[in-house]
Amino acid sequence: MMDLTYAFIAVLLMATVTYIPRVLPIVIFRREIKSKYIKSFLRYVPFAVLGALTFPDIFYSTNNIYTAVAGTIVALFLAYKEKSLVIVAVGAILTVYITGLII
Amino acid sequence: MKKAGINEFRYGLKRGLPIALGYVPVSFTFGLIAVSGGIPVWMAIFISLSNLTSAGQFAGTNLIISGAGYFEITLTTFIINIRYMLMSLSLSQRLNKEMNLPKRLLIGYGVTDEIFSVASMEKGRLNFPYFIGLIIGPVIGWTTGTALGAVISTALPDSLSGAMGIALYGMFIAIVLPEAKKSKPITLIVAISVLAVCLLRYVPVFKMVSSGFRVIIATVIGAGIGAVLFPIKDDTVSDEVKVEASAPPKETEKEKI
Repeated sequence: MMDLTYAFIAVLLMATVTYIPRVLPIVIFRREIKSKYIKSFLRYVPFAVLGALTFPDIFYSTNNIYTAVAGTIVALFLAYKEKSLVIVAVGAILTVYITGLII
Repeated sequence: MKKAGINEFRYGLKRGLPIALGYVPVSFTFGLIAVSGGIPVWMAIFISLSNLTSAGQFAGTNLIISGAGYFEITLTTFIINIRYMLMSLSLSQRLNKEMNLPKRLLIGYGVTDEIFSVASMEKGRLNFPYFIGLIIGPVIGWTTGTALGAVISTALPDSLSGAMGIALYGMFIAIVLPEAKKSKPITLIVAISVLAVCLLRYVPVFKMVSSGFRVIIATVIGAGIGAVLFPIKDDTVSDEVKVEASAPPKETEKEKI
């Protein structure tokens, strides 16, 4: 059973650090960031984060590493074909589910 | 004046509708994942309403499910959301004069990738009624989708909800891969960041680094090396960011909040 107080506080913290970067520039800064390095860094951050979040954790995301690898391959393939987020997610889930039945 | 405000509001609503529709399936998946990970239905909805973002709230929720510490959760979510500063910076240059502090505080809540994209495509100064109209639809879409996914998740058989664990990562791949395909720097940055996180995880010396910090360190390394090797040229930055972010929502882009 999840500790609800813990989860609730964590959600409030998440909401706060989501709100701050959105609202601060609108309220305070009126000038643009000049440094091309800082601009580039900020632009690259989401990709670096998502990469680090996905690998290698995706291989441990199901009960069985083989089903996870199968799901990963399908997700990579569908994403490479530029399918929508939902199609990629559903494709991965179904692959894990089906390979799980076979193995 | 009042009349004009209503028209602006309506126009905003109309512009926000496609975003709202695009959000439903993504937030639906979020609701499914959160509840199958042990988050109560009401809290999944509350997460969507209070965070109104995709990658940040997915990652944060993932950490909550794995029982991570507050500091890790906060820092990881913050790092993912830093990109909003760029969008808000760009929007801040476009707001009209009547935008006082309370109005700015309200609008800040609604700066998502897609809302920013649509707003920055408009011509001229941006006013308050327009923004409110633009934001309302997507907020409703995002929370309704979450609620539906959360409720349905409680009815799923165990075998299927076990397979749901991969969904989140699948969505991350779906966000990154199409961009990496188009850009060598992004491909390299993702590779560096993944390599860094693997080293931190598997090399015994780094055993004491917890999972949230692994991601943060790897991100700073990846994006930092990227910024040094491939700085976006100064005069093309605003354009490039704009083109990337403000292209009319395509099939894939529509769905990342």
